[in-house]
Amino acid sequence: MALPAIEVEGVSKRYSLGSGALNVSLVDRLGDLARVPRRVISGRRAVPQIAVDSHAHEDEEFWALRDVSMRVERGEVLGLIGANGAGKSTLLKLIARITRPDTGTITLNGRVGTLLEVGTGFHPELTGRENAFLSGTILGMRRQEVADNFDEIVDFSGIGEFIDTPVKHYSSGMYVRLAFAVAAFLNPEILAVDEVLAVGDAEFQRRCLGRMQDVVNEGRTIVFVSHNLSAVQRLCPRSAWIHHGRLMAHGPTAEIISKYLRETGPQQYGGSAVLSESVARSGSGPARLSRISLIGGDGEPTDHLALGEPLRIELIFDSPTPLEDAVVELTISSAEGFRIVNAQSVDEYGTTLKLKRGPNEVTVELDLTLLPGEYNLEVALQTLGGLTVDMVERALRFSALNITYQGVQPYLWEEVRGSVRARSTWSMPGSAGMSAKPSFLQN
Amino acid sequence: MEAANAKPDEAAQTRVITAATGFELPSARDLWNSRDLIYLLMRRDVAIRYKQTVIGAAWAILQPLLFALVFSLFFGRYARIPSGADVPYPVFALSGMVMWLYISTSLQRISESTVGNSQLITKVYFPRAIIPLSASAQPLVDFVVAFSIVIPVTLLYGVTPSPRILLLPALLLLAWLVVIGAGLWFSALNVRYRDITFLVPFMILVGLFMAPIVYPFDLVPSAFQPIYALNPAVGILETYRWLLFTGASGPGLLLLSPVIAAPVLLVSGAWYFQRAERDFADVI
Repeated sequence: MALPAIEVEGVSKRYSLGSGALNVSLVDRLGDLARVPRRVISGRRAVPQIAVDSHAHEDEEFWALRDVSMRVERGEVLGLIGANGAGKSTLLKLIARITRPDTGTITLNGRVGTLLEVGTGFHPELTGRENAFLSGTILGMRRQEVADNFDEIVDFSGIGEFIDTPVKHYSSGMYVRLAFAVAAFLNPEILAVDEVLAVGDAEFQRRCLGRMQDVVNEGRTIVFVSHNLSAVQRLCPRSAWIHHGRLMAHGPTAEIISKYLRETGPQQYGGSAVLSESVARSGSGPARLSRISLIGGDGEPTDHLALGEPLRIELIFDSPTPLEDAVVELTISSAEGFRIVNAQSVDEYGTTLKLKRGPNEVTVELDLTLLPGEYNLEVALQTLGGLTVDMVERALRFSALNITYQGVQPYLWEEVRGSVRARSTWSMPGSAGMSAKPSFLQN
Repeated sequence: MEAANAKPDEAAQTRVITAATGFELPSARDLWNSRDLIYLLMRRDVAIRYKQTVIGAAWAILQPLLFALVFSLFFGRYARIPSGADVPYPVFALSGMVMWLYISTSLQRISESTVGNSQLITKVYFPRAIIPLSASAQPLVDFVVAFSIVIPVTLLYGVTPSPRILLLPALLLLAWLVVIGAGLWFSALNVRYRDITFLVPFMILVGLFMAPIVYPFDLVPSAFQPIYALNPAVGILETYRWLLFTGASGPGLLLLSPVIAAPVLLVSGAWYFQRAERDFADVI
């Protein structure tokens, strides 16, 4: 019985550039003509993005997936990783049967359940109870199955007596909890999941992950798409990396993620990096991160930091228009892809920034000590309103080395546990204080 | 937690997904397996139809009643349009309006159903034909509610309904087959060409004057009658009045159009829908 749960063989999927449709109505085409002059006048820059400014190439095709083959064994939890637009969501949609491949075959052994969003099929006018039945059935359960699990669904959601209230009166938290509770009782042999875990509070997320673990223990197969490498790492023993529609690697997650981080994009290792338009980035534009530099203690760009060395990052944003209420966010992730440190210009003592037309230099100093290891810098430019203007997930890589900087203690052990050293004070009752340095370091 | 709910027969199922080829109709087995979903979607549409209205389902009665009132006044009284089926004009107009509202709202709802459920189409798979199918239920409920006013009004005007009325369910089935067949075409076309969103309401408006709803069939010049009768709604309406009123004449050959249109539209509509369905998620 070595039938795989999913067998993908030579699968390709093609989209037309432009409207996304293979054919567009005459009216649409007239509409396109009317839009051209405006675009010229506004002087909007051509951004190499799909389905935005590509009306001029309407007949051109775009291969979202190209000749992908892989096997997912029964009981396997597979993470699909890759940059935005790499094709991982397309692959998930093919497995979920939402869309069909143009070539190749996908063989599914078992019922497939799909979780691409929270609350699929929810209608605001219906009560929680009605929505639980509707959504559960849309996701592939029988009405009887929802009825059998109904008490547990209500328990899991914590909705209580509000179950007979229309969901339009729910808080967004309640809505998400109910939606997830329904999904948690899906019982297909194969589950296709897309980032939906990114919602809900931490406690609820933990329960959802726990529930997903149960599903795995029951021997079911999960395919999980996420940008969140930490989540992939936690959930998926194995991963596949998709890049420009092709399967680059498929294997144990730790291996795949470090390969992915090492090999993708023009990401530069340390120093000062110029980030062209073609860098893997997302966001509405038009302001762009054009340069990032890691500055060491001596004020020069560097690719490594000593233990305790001050960490300064200089960013240059090019903006063709002024931008009010900008929020710059810097995230440091470990080599394994865990996001470990986050700093934003609106944190505690910070403020929103005003970008002027042209290049804007933004400098940030972080007060922290990174333990030895490899790290990645992620930069996001957002507005206070929540719009992501530009986001570069892998802007710069650098290492923290186990060499001391101006008398800071070195890291003593071979195995590094954790990523960030906390500033700590130690004491013992009845003692005058502890020795500042281990005896073997005292000179 | 006891949730061993996958049926053994389904657990064993294997499905091969490939590029689409050849002639296909929606699989009756898949639709049957999705009967719970069809039922719940129908119930959703019925449940939300009159939510947040003051008079609720009374709208189903009020609409044909008000239409009939307006037409009785302007057409029946002022313009002196003759009545048909040997009944007073208000009875004639009301009965016609109730059936026409069923046909037209069905056509409109079914045509809009795919685009209206685009959130589902892009997020989860199920046999797509479920969408137009379940959209066809709510107008039928409206019809039953609205029809409940036709009999009292008929009696009020001193007209005794014909016992042929017992055949009404068969006629409704015929009407349903015609609208679902046409609706399959429109709902599938609408995914790619939103022009349908404008075309269907226009057809409905024109249809009000291109079918014997507020004037009798006899009013149409006899030379023009064969072309006029190509509209399946004509045969349905004439049969409907014949079932309702003893004095009405039988539909005769007029019934031919809906009887032929029903299977032709249904099979061709199902075929086109199935063909177009493959791209729904990519195009919608």
